[in-house]
Amino acid sequence: MYVAVKGGEQAIDNAHRLLAKKRRGDTGLAELSVEQIRQQLPLAVARVMGEGSLYDEELAALAIKQAAGDLLEAIFLLRAYRTTLPRFGHSLPLDTADMHLSRRISATFKDLPGGQLLGPTFDYTHRLLDFALLAEGEQPQLHVDPATHLDSCPRVLDLLGNEGLMTAETDRGEPVADITREPLEFPANRAQRLQALARGDEGFLLALGYSTQRGYGRNHPFAGEIRIGELEVWIEPGELGFPVCLGEIEVSECEMVNQFVGGQGRDAQFTRGYGLAFGYAERKAMAMALVDRALRAEEYAEEIQGPAQQEEFVLMHCDNVEAGGFVSHLKLPHYVDFQAELELIRKLRRPAADAPQTAHEEARA
Amino acid sequence: MSLQHSVAQAQGYNFAYLDEQTKRMIRRALLKAVAIPGYQVPFGGREMPLPYGWGTGGMQLTAAILGHDDVLKVIDQGADDTTNAVSIRRFFARTANVATTTRTPEATVIQTRHRIPETPLSHGQIMVYQVPIPEPLRFIEPSENETRTMHALGDYGVMHVKLYEDIATFGHIATAYAYPVTVDDHYVMDPSPIPKFDNPKLDMSPALMLFGAGREKRLYAVPPYTKVESLDFEDHPFAIQRWEQRCALCGSGDSFLDELIVDDRGTKRFVCSDTDYCTQHLSEQEAGQ
Repeated sequence: MYVAVKGGEQAIDNAHRLLAKKRRGDTGLAELSVEQIRQQLPLAVARVMGEGSLYDEELAALAIKQAAGDLLEAIFLLRAYRTTLPRFGHSLPLDTADMHLSRRISATFKDLPGGQLLGPTFDYTHRLLDFALLAEGEQPQLHVDPATHLDSCPRVLDLLGNEGLMTAETDRGEPVADITREPLEFPANRAQRLQALARGDEGFLLALGYSTQRGYGRNHPFAGEIRIGELEVWIEPGELGFPVCLGEIEVSECEMVNQFVGGQGRDAQFTRGYGLAFGYAERKAMAMALVDRALRAEEYAEEIQGPAQQEEFVLMHCDNVEAGGFVSHLKLPHYVDFQAELELIRKLRRPAADAPQTAHEEARA
Repeated sequence: MSLQHSVAQAQGYNFAYLDEQTKRMIRRALLKAVAIPGYQVPFGGREMPLPYGWGTGGMQLTAAILGHDDVLKVIDQGADDTTNAVSIRRFFARTANVATTTRTPEATVIQTRHRIPETPLSHGQIMVYQVPIPEPLRFIEPSENETRTMHALGDYGVMHVKLYEDIATFGHIATAYAYPVTVDDHYVMDPSPIPKFDNPKLDMSPALMLFGAGREKRLYAVPPYTKVESLDFEDHPFAIQRWEQRCALCGSGDSFLDELIVDDRGTKRFVCSDTDYCTQHLSEQEAGQ
């Protein structure tokens, strides 16, 4: 019985010791360092930072180590740490046009100012297991031609915008709510939606984005631009009166060009879906952009047909810390409620079967 | 931030874990909840170091109201020694260094999952309930937008229709726990997944009842001495569970019993779900002998 009458505390302590042993594995092998995880599992670190909503590579790597590689558990660890941190202020809006690019591609133009920059990508790798990696000692060689330089890379959707082909996103100057400090109420605004999607589960958003491609709320997307690189974060503390740079972070940004709106006297314009994620997280940024656009259905007076277009459905279920917690709580004892159900189901079956009764019901006095 | 720094901070959390600003925000929401009995107040729920669904709402409320002199009792399924109750009690013993107890009358704050103690509560005590889904209408209407409007309009017809459909299908109201109640003749409220056996204990209770749903970021309250009625029909009055058996340990004939299967042939034993009540009942009998 896992109630472990009077033995609960000992059982919990023992379970934690067993977990520590499982995490460490064979002690004959060298222990994995946090720095190794940070350096050699950077995409895992990026996901944990993004969905953990905290940009700190070292702590994300620590969380991955502590979670024995369970990324959702690592995300949870980072979130629980983040929630204890004071909030000093907010950054100035990031200007992704100023990004130090490591990758930049557009699926809408063959060539464009700045060109296409593949950068480090799994794209076009043939997914054949590289048995050479079984042996250690990999030393990738990279020859950089010092003569090359990157031309200025304006944002692709800005180029369309200059032509009036892209609906403009207007900053109404409204205060931006912080969904980690204030409860989400519906209908939410786009800033709240984007915050929720930015920390939403990659797998969930990927599936929802995919569902729009298959017709459940189709929005005809083109990957207008994907850019990944380092970006400066600036804040302007009230007492200073001028902005200061906090440092650089790596982000992945995706802007989808979607089906146009217009008619009834308005010129047709393309619409936009937006995705931004910490670190190298291209799949997440793309999925987020698809879902962001799907959630703008009401704004563009589109018929809401698919789950990805339903704001409350998406925002209330995209958080994997919430979802994981509530699913896992089914492991907790429920025998009081189950006993109540047993009593009820036996009572409901009573007229059908003449079985001996274990409980009967009395009207409340 | 260096790792050394964050490790030092891990030992330096605020009293009862949450920072004072957060506690103040929660206490303000609680005041609103007490002022509008049964109304679900949205609050800026925080992530807790325990998973959502494991009592984070109750824990945030407990953290917000706990003082140095409080005596805390934590139960899950009526028992003080279930693993999650042990874990939550330990959490507050560690982060708030408050006294803990298993005795219901000694506690000033009782955090609970799925039960109300059998021992009658007294004036000055506070019950904190862990709530998974605070919205009683949720399984009839999944949209929060809709249900908030229904509460605002007092539009509870669908709830009665659901109960009526139960009677038409099964001959009885087929809700055995989380049985909906009307608070102070106004809001319909989910009393959390307590068995309906416990519902009458909510009515005119001298204790303050606080309900916290962490994942859903809602809290609500039933102030002391407030009318709480379980929904029913004149010809199908609300009724609670009773057992023909008595507790195999203390012999109680009027407490909520857990059914245990003790061998491969399915032999059953019944024992009190409230472990403190059972222990006290037993020691009273021994003292009387």
